[in-house]
Amino acid sequence: MPQMSSVPIAWRLQQPRYRLIGTICTKCNTSYFPPRSLCQTCRDKGKIEKHKFPGTGKILTYTVIRIAPEGFAEFAPYAIAIIELEPGVTVAGQVVGDPEQVKTGRKVKTTFRRMYTDGKDGLLQYGMKWELLDQ
Amino acid sequence: MSSIGIVGYGAYVPRFRISVEEIARVWNQDAQTISNGLMVKEKSVPDKDEDTITLSVEAGRNALARAGIDPTEIGALYIGSESHPYAVKPSGTVVAEALGLPNRLMLADFEFACKAGTAAMQVCYGFVKGGVIDYGMAIGADTAQGRPGDALEYTAAAGAGAFIIGKDPVVTLDHTASFTSDTTDFWRREGQDYPRHGSRFTGEPAYFRHVVSSSEQLLNETGYKPADFAYVVLHMPNGKFPTVASKKLGFTPDQLKTGLTVTRMGNCYSGSSPVGLTAVLDIAQPGEKIFMTSYGSGAGSDSFIFTVTDKILAVRDKAKKTEQYLADKKNIDYATYARLRGKLKV
Repeated sequence: MPQMSSVPIAWRLQQPRYRLIGTICTKCNTSYFPPRSLCQTCRDKGKIEKHKFPGTGKILTYTVIRIAPEGFAEFAPYAIAIIELEPGVTVAGQVVGDPEQVKTGRKVKTTFRRMYTDGKDGLLQYGMKWELLDQ
Repeated sequence: MSSIGIVGYGAYVPRFRISVEEIARVWNQDAQTISNGLMVKEKSVPDKDEDTITLSVEAGRNALARAGIDPTEIGALYIGSESHPYAVKPSGTVVAEALGLPNRLMLADFEFACKAGTAAMQVCYGFVKGGVIDYGMAIGADTAQGRPGDALEYTAAAGAGAFIIGKDPVVTLDHTASFTSDTTDFWRREGQDYPRHGSRFTGEPAYFRHVVSSSEQLLNETGYKPADFAYVVLHMPNGKFPTVASKKLGFTPDQLKTGLTVTRMGNCYSGSSPVGLTAVLDIAQPGEKIFMTSYGSGAGSDSFIFTVTDKILAVRDKAKKTEQYLADKKNIDYATYARLRGKLKV
């Protein structure tokens, strides 16, 4: 998995991964996550700025991973959910805790966790996962 | 000159717990004798994806929420731990980026066994008092390791306490002083998975000498008496040591009990007395004084005198309280604990 181990890519992804920082076009008020440097509506007439999304969202859909890909077996079984940050903006992420408790429509908030451990001497990659809020 | 102290504080305790009874069952020991001797019922266990960096971020977020300041106003971040995930690469750099601290930032990771978090508080206090920075963040955090079957395994836990030190505080830091000597009671050599300790030697010449001497030194220098304080927080390798030390110093069990978080979560090393202090700050009333002494093997103690101001009433509900973290738990068995803590070598 070259992307997982890439030092420059891990560095470039810090702001969205650590703090949910995307972008917003201040001309048409459309926000983007992951960040885009060009507004899809306004194109080159748009004005793109950094935008920090609040650390809460709602589960739109999810799946439970029982046979995990290489590097993630230690977390299995775990839920991966599509989370709506605000209308029209979604992010995919791991929901920590018991996957049986994960349900469509449940509210979640960010929790800072280790995302990936690259062997015994590689990078430790960190970022936002999600935890269920009380119903 | 305006007063200096804690402008925001926060704790974090992982959700999993393993009971002393469950650990004793595996090692064929008498659980009741051990639990009574240590005065610990269960200890916190971090999830597979939790470490000193993630614990520090969560506690730091709570401290920022209570302080209500812009993270870019913070001028220093020091994290004390003996379980920094990287041997070379500061935990603080990840934590600072995750909390949105500025690049104009003084930063280093501290290590002094279980007292590096309070050493970080002293450094931040000094920089604020000297006018070098407006705010400094000090964090004590650990995911402590205990060798399977060792006495430490019953208490080695995980947790973090974070404090933002600045002017116009919710709790003034009135006095601080330390007591340090070359006393090797607990150590871990480079590359080793688990620490070693001097068994009973960790008591009298190590913990008790330093905690009592540091505390008496500060009480004598300031003229305060134990009765002047509403609460006392001492480092908690177990429940028994701070109970004995506080009695020796002249504090009552009532002054100690709020900050005695070890009985329900174990000893989270650099986070131990910091988490105990957060539990006290969650309920202390304006005007009340708090005495705290940490302890780090090797060895040294940092003592502090705090006074709670009326501003605390407006901030304490802005983040999850320590009692909520202690109550929000899920008990696990030894097999799950062994898997989560990487004690199974495959």
